[in-house]
Amino acid sequence: MKNRIQKTLANNQKIVSIYFTAGFPNLNDTCTILEKLEKAGVDMVEIGLPFSDPLADGPTIQESSTQALKNGMTAVRLFEQLKDIRKTVSIPLVLMGYFNPILQFGVEAFCQQCKAVGIDGLIIPDLPVDVYENEYKHLFESYGLLNILLITPQTSDTRIRTIDSISKGFVYMVSSASVTGSQKGFGEAQTAYFQRIASMGLKNPLVVGFGISSPETFAQAIEHTNGAIIGSAFIKHLREFGVEKIDQFIEKIRGH
Amino acid sequence: MKYNIDSRGYYGKFGGAYIPEMLYPNVEELRENYLTVMEDPSFQKEFNSLLKDYVGRPSPLYFASRLSAKYETQIYLKREDLNHTGAHKINNTIGQILMAERLGKKRIIAETGAGQHGVATATVCALKGLECVVYMGEIDIERQAPNVARMKMLGATVIPARSGSKTLKDATNEAIRDWINNPIDTHYIIGSVVGPHPYPDMVAKFQSVVSAEIKSQLLTQTGKDAPDYVVACVGGGSNAAGAYYHYLENTDVKLIAVEAAGYGVNSGESAATSVLGKEGIIHGSKTLLMQTDDGQITEPYSISAGLDYPGIGPMHAHLFDTGRAEFVAITDNDAMNAGLELCKLEGIIPAIESAHALAIFEKKCFGKDEVVVLSLSGRGDKDLATYISHFNLI
Repeated sequence: MKNRIQKTLANNQKIVSIYFTAGFPNLNDTCTILEKLEKAGVDMVEIGLPFSDPLADGPTIQESSTQALKNGMTAVRLFEQLKDIRKTVSIPLVLMGYFNPILQFGVEAFCQQCKAVGIDGLIIPDLPVDVYENEYKHLFESYGLLNILLITPQTSDTRIRTIDSISKGFVYMVSSASVTGSQKGFGEAQTAYFQRIASMGLKNPLVVGFGISSPETFAQAIEHTNGAIIGSAFIKHLREFGVEKIDQFIEKIRGH
Repeated sequence: MKYNIDSRGYYGKFGGAYIPEMLYPNVEELRENYLTVMEDPSFQKEFNSLLKDYVGRPSPLYFASRLSAKYETQIYLKREDLNHTGAHKINNTIGQILMAERLGKKRIIAETGAGQHGVATATVCALKGLECVVYMGEIDIERQAPNVARMKMLGATVIPARSGSKTLKDATNEAIRDWINNPIDTHYIIGSVVGPHPYPDMVAKFQSVVSAEIKSQLLTQTGKDAPDYVVACVGGGSNAAGAYYHYLENTDVKLIAVEAAGYGVNSGESAATSVLGKEGIIHGSKTLLMQTDDGQITEPYSISAGLDYPGIGPMHAHLFDTGRAEFVAITDNDAMNAGLELCKLEGIIPAIESAHALAIFEKKCFGKDEVVVLSLSGRGDKDLATYISHFNLI
């Protein structure tokens, strides 16, 4: 049986995926945002579990995390909110969170909950590849969860091959050496990087994230890959408009 | 090697490198090279010569006779307070700047809490003519104006960390983010035995000069190279790591780690990580850290900015876990009193961090003939304002 992530990427060559921080702007916006994103035609969503010390994130996602924690968001609460989400939302859902809150929840209990509410994959930026492979791969897979691993322009070809070989959903291409949200636009170096990875003939689809904020960067990102993830730009939209006008944001990014 | 690091970068179950992929090339480059670089004779030669002629090492091992008489034991103070820049921090920054040079790095970043590590980093960057950027919590910048000025005089750029709680842990996050954004030409000089492997081991090795000196000085002064006890304060734990290092596997030497209890371990305002912390991940390392049940890292409190860190280095987590070191928590008040007592009895004004270690003598009795070596990690000049307000001195 194929996971929803695999099905979506098999059907659709160029996916648009959205990241948002659970509990932002308001504690109970999670399901509304997910439903509106699906309605707006988004292909996949990453739900961010907020963390006090998000090392890989730029100011926009950090601030949304701080606000979400102030609003009272926790892993327990998020799973409660998501318990009926599969009655209304059918696109793939990926949980993105730092490792410490997952460790405190209990990694196996976390996986159980993910499976129970219908989560398809996990992105845990600070769970390193070797620790994942040696200690958690078997566990994640036993709950049908695809662990999504990242590569960057600095990742060596050998390591990219290793990451590709243990990945089953897609390879998350970080667009440049940066934290989230810090790009103005993509230059030649990034385009060359997208091309270089695309030409490696990896078994997994490629989805680009970090720095995608406009129709232009979106178009550049998907030219050589299978899709793009938009995070900080969507958080800024939520900050300005709340859960309204989500469809307009998606239309704009798609360049329609 | 039961208590030192293993080949995978762990102390028992603690340590490792829990870092985002974006940091992998930077950390891996360091991991692959640090031991080779450090063991290179030209590195050793330059490191030792700078420690001697620039830092002023060896630092004295001083028999504190009046303090010893009062507490009826044999107290030796390892005078790291006499180093250039006033604390043990410089041992590490000298080592790391030479490492950065040999790795071809052009730009140095660092985090700082009270500013001591920031000053020690700015100092070595000036020495080597390298660009220096120091991240410091916005709140700490307000509290530690003289050290901000020192860093600027030494040519460093000080960038306020405005995220999260705006203190040391956030400054560390910002430094790590900078490193993610500048992976090629930048070296991150971390200030304690924390962070992803190989940092805890590398910093401990640079600080191990402290216990290497204690061994030879003690042998000369007492005829034995090992004391009965080594006492040191622990924030992240670099001075303790240095003072323990060559005694880690010699279990005849008892190790005492003094943490900051703040207003009291159960007051809600404390930095006693071994008591209040749980196993988790902070700044790329699996260790003990203060956190909520939900795994969010909490803000510690201590009167001493150098002990005000929500984690401890993985070496110390392991020493705690195995019972190799005894952990004791000292309140603000007890530390301040012990600091003032050292002024009166020995004519030495200690840093408030070191004053926490000194407070051990009110807490614990030592035998009349037992030798206690205490790491006097820093001098108290930087803490004058705190001493003044605490004791109404003016």
